[in-house]
Amino acid sequence: MINDIPLVYYLSLSAALFCVGLFGALARRNAIAVLMGIELMLNAVNINFVAFWRYGSVNPILNQAGIVFALFVITVAAAEAAVGLALVISIYRSRDTVNVEEIDLLKW
Amino acid sequence: MIQNFTLFIPVFPLLAFAIIVLLTRRNNRLSAWIAIVGIIMALVLSLGVFLESLAEGPELAQHPFYAAPIVWYPYGLATMNFGWFVDPIGSVMLFMVPTVCLMIFIYSVAYMRHSHVDEQGHHIQEDDPRYSHFFAYISLFTAMMLLLVISSSLLQFFIAWEVMGFCSYALIGFWSFRGLKEHHIDEAQVGRARGASIKAFLVTRVGDILLLTGMILLLLVTGTLDFTQMFNPDGLNNVLLADSPLPGMTWLTLIALLIFGGTVGKSAQFPLHIWLPDAMEGPTPVSALIHAATMVSAGIFLIIRMFPLFVVDSQTGGNAMMWVAIIGAFTAIFAATIGLAQNDIKRVLAYSTISQLGYMLAALGIGAFVAGSFHLIMHAFFKALLFLAAGAVIHSVGTNDMLKMGGLWRKMPITFITFMIGAFALMGIFPFAGFWSKDEILLEALRAGFYGEASPQTQTIRFVYICLAIAAFLTALYTGRQIFLTFFGKPRDEHAYEHAHESPITMWAPLAVLATFTTFLGLWNAPFIGAFTHYIGEGGLMGLPQAFEHTAFDQLAWISMFLSLGIAIGGLIVAYLIYGFRPVAAGQPDPFARLGIIYKVLVNKYWLDELYGYKINLDGTVQRGLLIRFAGALSRGSYWLDRKVIDGLVNLAGWFGRILARLWGWFDARIIDGIVNATASVTGEIAGWWRTMQTGDVQNYALIAAAGAMAFAIIFLLRSFT
Amino acid sequence: MDLIGIISQVVFFLVAALTLAAAFATVLLRNVFHAGLALVGTFFGVAAIYLMLEAEFLAIVQVLIYIGAIAVLILFAIMLTRSLMKNEDSGMNKQWAWAAIAISTLFLGMFIVILQVPWLLNTSVIGTDIVPFLGTELLTTYLLPFEIVSVLLLATLIGAFIIARE
Repeated sequence: MINDIPLVYYLSLSAALFCVGLFGALARRNAIAVLMGIELMLNAVNINFVAFWRYGSVNPILNQAGIVFALFVITVAAAEAAVGLALVISIYRSRDTVNVEEIDLLKW
Repeated sequence: MIQNFTLFIPVFPLLAFAIIVLLTRRNNRLSAWIAIVGIIMALVLSLGVFLESLAEGPELAQHPFYAAPIVWYPYGLATMNFGWFVDPIGSVMLFMVPTVCLMIFIYSVAYMRHSHVDEQGHHIQEDDPRYSHFFAYISLFTAMMLLLVISSSLLQFFIAWEVMGFCSYALIGFWSFRGLKEHHIDEAQVGRARGASIKAFLVTRVGDILLLTGMILLLLVTGTLDFTQMFNPDGLNNVLLADSPLPGMTWLTLIALLIFGGTVGKSAQFPLHIWLPDAMEGPTPVSALIHAATMVSAGIFLIIRMFPLFVVDSQTGGNAMMWVAIIGAFTAIFAATIGLAQNDIKRVLAYSTISQLGYMLAALGIGAFVAGSFHLIMHAFFKALLFLAAGAVIHSVGTNDMLKMGGLWRKMPITFITFMIGAFALMGIFPFAGFWSKDEILLEALRAGFYGEASPQTQTIRFVYICLAIAAFLTALYTGRQIFLTFFGKPRDEHAYEHAHESPITMWAPLAVLATFTTFLGLWNAPFIGAFTHYIGEGGLMGLPQAFEHTAFDQLAWISMFLSLGIAIGGLIVAYLIYGFRPVAAGQPDPFARLGIIYKVLVNKYWLDELYGYKINLDGTVQRGLLIRFAGALSRGSYWLDRKVIDGLVNLAGWFGRILARLWGWFDARIIDGIVNATASVTGEIAGWWRTMQTGDVQNYALIAAAGAMAFAIIFLLRSFT
Repeated sequence: MDLIGIISQVVFFLVAALTLAAAFATVLLRNVFHAGLALVGTFFGVAAIYLMLEAEFLAIVQVLIYIGAIAVLILFAIMLTRSLMKNEDSGMNKQWAWAAIAISTLFLGMFIVILQVPWLLNTSVIGTDIVPFLGTELLTTYLLPFEIVSVLLLATLIGAFIIARE
């Protein structure tokens, strides 16, 4: 099964997923949708990690760095989602909007 | 060993002050505890230093424990250092000051709770609104007194001295802030407290200026203010003995008199005594603190510290010591006469303090160093006791007026007994502390004035002896009057009498401790023991090798003892005949008032307040008098001179300056500002254009980053295809 | 190519297509709630990819954490900020076209790189259960990051609570 699907397939899928996520992060108005895009990007990265673990390492049983990395990414993603959503809710309460374009306090 | 830590003694109360002010001022109980813990730690340490010094004995006087490791700032080739200096009398002060202060602190815990009656007629106890401020201030006060005692240089001494001046200002005027109205302190009292604090500050300032002048001259002439460098019999005195600019006066005499000026202000001697009676407006523990352990003792201690200067001056024909003796003796009798006619229980004690301070100065002035020092220590104990006992009476009766008291001994027996012990000590009745110390002063004066070799000072010493003997009689008289009016006879104000009650244990326990000291501590220098004389007097002082008086327990000592005891008892008997035999009834005027004009003079304190122009009326207003009016006229004259002549010159110079400035201003505005503005506007234009990049939109920024990544991707593509 | 190989490839393309479709739906749907549901689909697809890569443990973790926690959290957040969704004229902001161009170029670049690099491949068969080895590694080699991540989670917990409370 592993022999039948080349690594390139996974990498391409990951790249596509990453770009879709990046588009979501760059082009959506809703702050929560932006966060969802970021989650997509993180997932794409994780696919890369796991694919390189499976195909890249000399001994995938004893060296599971890719899996461990993916686990940490998932943990940090959970943390990021929690804080990000808390921020969104906080902003929504104080400014009554989740539109990223209207949140421009850093403007000149 | 422990002496190495001397500098830490004032640190503990100072730390307590800082902690209370910064952290715990909202918690009254905790603040009081912190203050008490601070003083206890200081007491433990200073008792260690005292006992260690006592073990070293009189040798310590010539080789005091001295170290000044903290460099403050350099001047010229020398540096101004901070450190400590412990000699025998300093070590005894280290025993006295924290002991008395601790008693006062403990007493204050209960005293600063006021009781009053609310609308429903219930008795309510509540803390003073500035309870923790009070403990912060008295901690600072004590810290500064301890710093003063251990000072290694006159400058360090002066710093502590001035901070004490501020503390006394803050504490005398403790009840002068306006928020007190709802706390049952009336407007008149607020005004009196404010006036009294300002008066105390200003009057002592007069003395401080003199002291500061003396210090500056001392620094100029000798180049040092450090005690160990100053008291050097070889080099220093030769410089000091040069003629000063004032005719017929050496530098030494001039400086000594100026320093004595500081004492006159701080220790409330004639003619700067007027602040002290008004200082009674502060809470009673403050009066005890100021009058017994700290403030006024500091003035006497200054003379004690600088005593070598005075002695050398006297040996070389100067008359600074003679002035000390005369002022002291005169104040002793002068204040005692005023004390006779006061009705305020605290003011009587205030005048007795002035009088007793006069005693000490008179003793020092005739060279009786040990007797003066001993009286300072003993007086601190029994005067603190008297003030605290009087405070207990005031606290329970609710008035200061002795004519509204009477018969209180039944109601407050412990206070009565302790007050009696203090009063006997003050009168000089065997065997209490004051008897031994006062008797010794009289003995020294008697010995030097009537039985010693004839010298230029003999006449002065005789005058001093007579003044002091009369003052002793008067002291017994007014103290007896105070006792009979307060504690004996029938109650003259039934309401106040009903209200009276014995104080809580936290108030009478300090009284009991102080009474114990007052009863037994005098034996320290009883003629047949003389341990104090041995310790303080035998080694002389630094730079002054000869020993002070040896207590010869001879015939003259016996004579003097019986003489002074007789004087004291005579005064007491007269007081009994006037006030005790037939007690003053309610509404009846003071029997003393029959003396007419003399009584009037005394009640009005010789009109000195009116003369100086700072009289505080009962309703809290301040009345101006002759001296202030004179000063006002003088300042108006100076004002005229200033406006018409000096201002004219200044204005002329100003006119020239303005013309010049206008020319320069044109150049500045047109040419220089033009360049500057051009630079600024160009920068502003560019910046205004560039700043629109900052859209504030996060996604916009991210897009730029993505575009960067895209650029890399294009580069990669181009490279891979070529 | 044998039958299993063909089936494998077909399954991969199906899963990949579904994942990408769900991802596009996540990004493009105007209704944020629908987008959130599509996100769940994407997560499932990624979990399937993990399974195909023989990382079963990670697949389960993906389902548990991403779908069970993060996606639910996102859906809750959407509902909490719901009032704005209705009158949203467009889901996209005004720079979406520029973003699309830039990202397409980026993808092209990445794709070409992926195809060009001569990847070294190790396709040996894993015959044993690898989870015990993973656990050992996590608590030996990766102990410090593991502990730091736990502290990070605690900090996040407190931080999110403080930020989001009234």
